Amino acid sequence: MLRFAAVRLLQAIVVLLIMSFLIYGLIGLMPGDPIDLMINADPNVTAADAARLRALYGLDQPIWERYLNWLTAALQGDFGYSRLFSRPVPEVLAPRLLNTLLLLGMSLVLSLMVAIPLGVFAARRPNTATDTAINLACFAGISVPPFWLALLFIILFAVVLGVLPAGGMAPVGGDGGLWERLPYLVMPVATLTLVSIGGYTRFVRAAVMEQLRQDYIRTARAKGVPERSVVWRHALRNAMIPVVTIVALGFGSLFSGALVTESMFAYLGMGKLIYDSILGNDYNIALVGLLLATLMTLAGNLLADLGYAALDPRITFTETRT
Amino acid sequence: MAINRTLLGYGRFKRMGAVAAVLMGMTSAGAGAATAKDELVIGAVQFPGTFHPSIDAMATKGYILGMARRPFTTFDQDWKLICLLCTELPSLEKGTAVEVTRSDGTRAIDATFTIQPGATWGDGKPVTTRDVLFTWEVGRHPLSGVTNAQLFSKDIVGITAVDDKTFVVHWDKFRCGYDAINDLLVLPEHLERPVFETDPGQYRNRTLYDTDRTNPGLYFGPYRITRVEAGAYVVLEPNPTWWGEQPGFKRIVVRTVENTAAMEANLLSGEIDYVAGEVGLSIEQALAFEKRHGQRYNVVYKPGLFYEHIDLNLDNPILADVRVRRALLTAVDREAISRQLFGGKQSVAHTGVNPLDRFYSDDFTKYPFNQQAAVKLLEEAGWTELRDGIRQDASGRRLSLEFQSTAGNRTRELVQQVLQAQWRKIGVDVRINNQPARVLFGETMRERKFPAMAMFAWLSSPENIPRTILHSSMIPAADNGFSGQNYNGFRDAEADRIIDDLEVTCADDQAKPLWTRLQQIYAEKLPALPLYFRSDSYIMPPWLEGVRPTGHQYPSTLWVEQWRSK
Repeated sequence: MLRFAAVRLLQAIVVLLIMSFLIYGLIGLMPGDPIDLMINADPNVTAADAARLRALYGLDQPIWERYLNWLTAALQGDFGYSRLFSRPVPEVLAPRLLNTLLLLGMSLVLSLMVAIPLGVFAARRPNTATDTAINLACFAGISVPPFWLALLFIILFAVVLGVLPAGGMAPVGGDGGLWERLPYLVMPVATLTLVSIGGYTRFVRAAVMEQLRQDYIRTARAKGVPERSVVWRHALRNAMIPVVTIVALGFGSLFSGALVTESMFAYLGMGKLIYDSILGNDYNIALVGLLLATLMTLAGNLLADLGYAALDPRITFTETRT
Repeated sequence: MAINRTLLGYGRFKRMGAVAAVLMGMTSAGAGAATAKDELVIGAVQFPGTFHPSIDAMATKGYILGMARRPFTTFDQDWKLICLLCTELPSLEKGTAVEVTRSDGTRAIDATFTIQPGATWGDGKPVTTRDVLFTWEVGRHPLSGVTNAQLFSKDIVGITAVDDKTFVVHWDKFRCGYDAINDLLVLPEHLERPVFETDPGQYRNRTLYDTDRTNPGLYFGPYRITRVEAGAYVVLEPNPTWWGEQPGFKRIVVRTVENTAAMEANLLSGEIDYVAGEVGLSIEQALAFEKRHGQRYNVVYKPGLFYEHIDLNLDNPILADVRVRRALLTAVDREAISRQLFGGKQSVAHTGVNPLDRFYSDDFTKYPFNQQAAVKLLEEAGWTELRDGIRQDASGRRLSLEFQSTAGNRTRELVQQVLQAQWRKIGVDVRINNQPARVLFGETMRERKFPAMAMFAWLSSPENIPRTILHSSMIPAADNGFSGQNYNGFRDAEADRIIDDLEVTCADDQAKPLWTRLQQIYAEKLPALPLYFRSDSYIMPPWLEGVRPTGHQYPSTLWVEQWRSK
C-alpha cells in the first residue's frame, strides 16, 4: 500500500513537471503578450515604453529561460505576482479556490444525492414509462446549455419573482459569511447540479442494470435475500466502481471551476480566473491554477483507486507473484 | 416582457415563488435593499487589475478613479481642454507659458500650473508640488512600471516647484499641447515615497494603491474608495476633504458583471441601477435592451472617438492603386449599415477626424454609395473582365482580397458579411480570415502581416494629431523594432509636413487650414476606408440626473459630484 502510494506520488511529480513546461510553453507560444494588450488599451504607449515594460516584466527573455526562472522560484515557494491582479499568486488563488470548492462541491454532492437513487430507480424499471421519462429528463439536462439555464433562473428568480440575487457572491458591505452567501449560491448550484445530474444518472442506471443481470444477483434472490438488500447492498456497491471512476476523473474540475456558470452569476471562481489569466498572459496565475487542477485530478485518481479497494475487497495493492 | 408574462402564468412557478420567498429573508442587503436613492449601483463588465493611476491602462480603472481623484487637465464633455486639479490653463498670451531656448539651442516651452488651493488628500494632507515632483520621479524611473513613461522621461524634461502650490513644466520642445498634462496623475508623496524608495523595481507590486486600497490618503476626489472586493465590487463614499461641490450620493457601488446578458438581468432585477457607456454594453446590446425595456430607462447614445475603419495594406499591389481603394469605399452603403445595424446611432465617418472635433472640416471628397461609380473606377484601374462574377485584370489576376478583423466580435463579423456581399456585387472577391484580438493586434497588425484589409477601431483624444498612424516615420518595420501604428504603410510628404507643422502651430486660425488639408489628403488618398464613429450607450434610471457622457477616453465620472437622484 505504502509502496503503491509512493510510486503514484513520484508519477504525480513527473506529470506535474511535464505539465508545467507544456502549459508555460503553450501560453508563451500564443501571439502577443501583456504589453501588446497594454498598447491596445492606451494609444499613448510608445515603442520605447513597450520595450522598457517588456524588459521589466522579463518578457524579452527566451521562453525556456523564463520557465526555468519561474520553476526555480516556485520550488522555493515563491509563485510570483499576478500581473492582472497586482497581488501575490496565493493571495489571488486562495479565495477563488475556496469559492470554487464551495460551489462545485455543493453541486457534486447534490448531483450524486439525486442521481444515485434516480439511476437505481430507473435501472429497476427498464424500458417502462418511468424509465423513459427519467431518460428523457436526463438527456434534457445533458443537452441544456448552462448559460441558457442560468439566464432562465436569473429571469425567473431575480427579475420576475425578485426573490434571489441575480449574481455576485455576497451582499455589498457584508462580511461574506456562509449564511450571507447561501442565497447567492442557490442559482449557480442549481444550474450546475441540473446539468450534471443527467450524466451521473445515466451512468448509475447503466452500471446497476449491468449488475442486476449478474449471476450473483440471481443467487442472492434465490436465497431469499430481500429485494431492497439485493439492489442497494449488492448491486449498487458493485455498480459504484465505474461511477467512482467518473466522479474521480471530474475531481480536477472541482478546482478548475465552471467558466460559464461563474460568468453568468458573477461568481468569483477558478474557471473565470484561469480563463482571464490565459487571455491576459498572466503566466503565474494560469500556471498555478492549471497545475492545481492537474494535481487534483491525479489525487482524484488515487482516491478512486483506494475507493475501488473499499468497494471491492478482491482489489488489493499487494504485489503477488504466481 | 412576453417571456415574463408566460412564466408567471403557470401556477407551479407561483408556488416556487412562495418557496423562494422564504429564501428572500436570507438576502439581507441583496436584491431589494441595495438600491435606495442615496446609493447608486453601477454595472461594469471589467474589474481593474490595479488601482494605481499610472500603471496599466484599463477603462474601468479610469472610470472608478474618476470619482476618487482628478487629473490636472482633461477634455470636458464639449471636448474642450479644461483645468480640474489646476486653477487655470497656462497660456502664452497671459504669460503663464513662455517660449524658451534650451542650452542645446532647442526651441521649447515652459508652462506654469497652480494646484487648486483646496485640494487635499483624504487623510487631510494638502496636495502640493512635492506630490507632483514625486510623481515625475516615479514616472521617470525605468523600473517603476508606469505605462506611459514617454511623458515623464522624454516629453517633460523637468519640473520646477515655485512654491507649495505652483510648479513649472519644462517641455522638451515647443509644442501646442503645452497646456495639457492629462496623464500627469499626481501620487501622494507622503504615503508612496517609502514604498517606492524601499525597492523601485517592486513598486508596481507594493504600491499602496494595491496593498492598502482603502487608505483615505490615496484619494482626493469627491468620493474615496472605502471597500474593495477584488473581482466583485468597489464601494465609494463621500470624501470629507473634497474641496468642490458636495456629491449627491452617500454611496456609489461599481459592481462587476462580465456577462452582458447577466448584466441586463441585474439591471432589470434592480441590483444594478445604471450601466455606463464607458464600461458597459455595446451599442447593439443597448439598442436591443432599449427596444424591450426602453420605457423604464433613459438610454443615451453618445457619439465617440472610436474610429471604426478598415486599414488597407498599401504594399498590396491591388490596393496600391487609389482607384481600387476609392471603388471599395464607393461600393459600400455605410448609411444603410449604420441604419440597419446600429439604429442610425453611429455616424458615418469620412476621415479619422470626428465631426464633433473643433478642427473637423467638411471640405473634402466624400464617397456616397454608388455601385455604378465603383464599377467604373475598377474598370479604369484595369479590372475589366468578369469570370464567375469576379473581376480579373488583363494578366488574368483575380480581384481577390483577404479581410481580417477580431474573431468573436459579433458586430464586426456582421459588418464584414455585409461588406463582403456589397463588394461581391462589383466583382470583388473578399475572403474573411479573422483572428483573436490578441493575435491580430499582438502580431498581425504590429508586424504588418495582414495581406490586404483589417477592420478595427482607433481610440484617440480630441484634437489628436495623427502622427502615429499617418506619418511615414511611423510605419512599423523590423529595423525600427515595429514601432509606430502606420500599419497601412502610408507615405505622403505633404501629410508628413502638415503633421510636423500642426505640432507647433498653436493659433486656431493657422491650425485650422492645416487640419482641413490633412483631411483632404486622407479623403483623396484613402490610406484606410472610414466606416463610422462608434457611440457609447448609457442605460440610466429615470431618477438619475447630471450624468453627461464625454464621448472620449476621459470618463464622465470626472464630474460625478454633479450626479443627483431626483
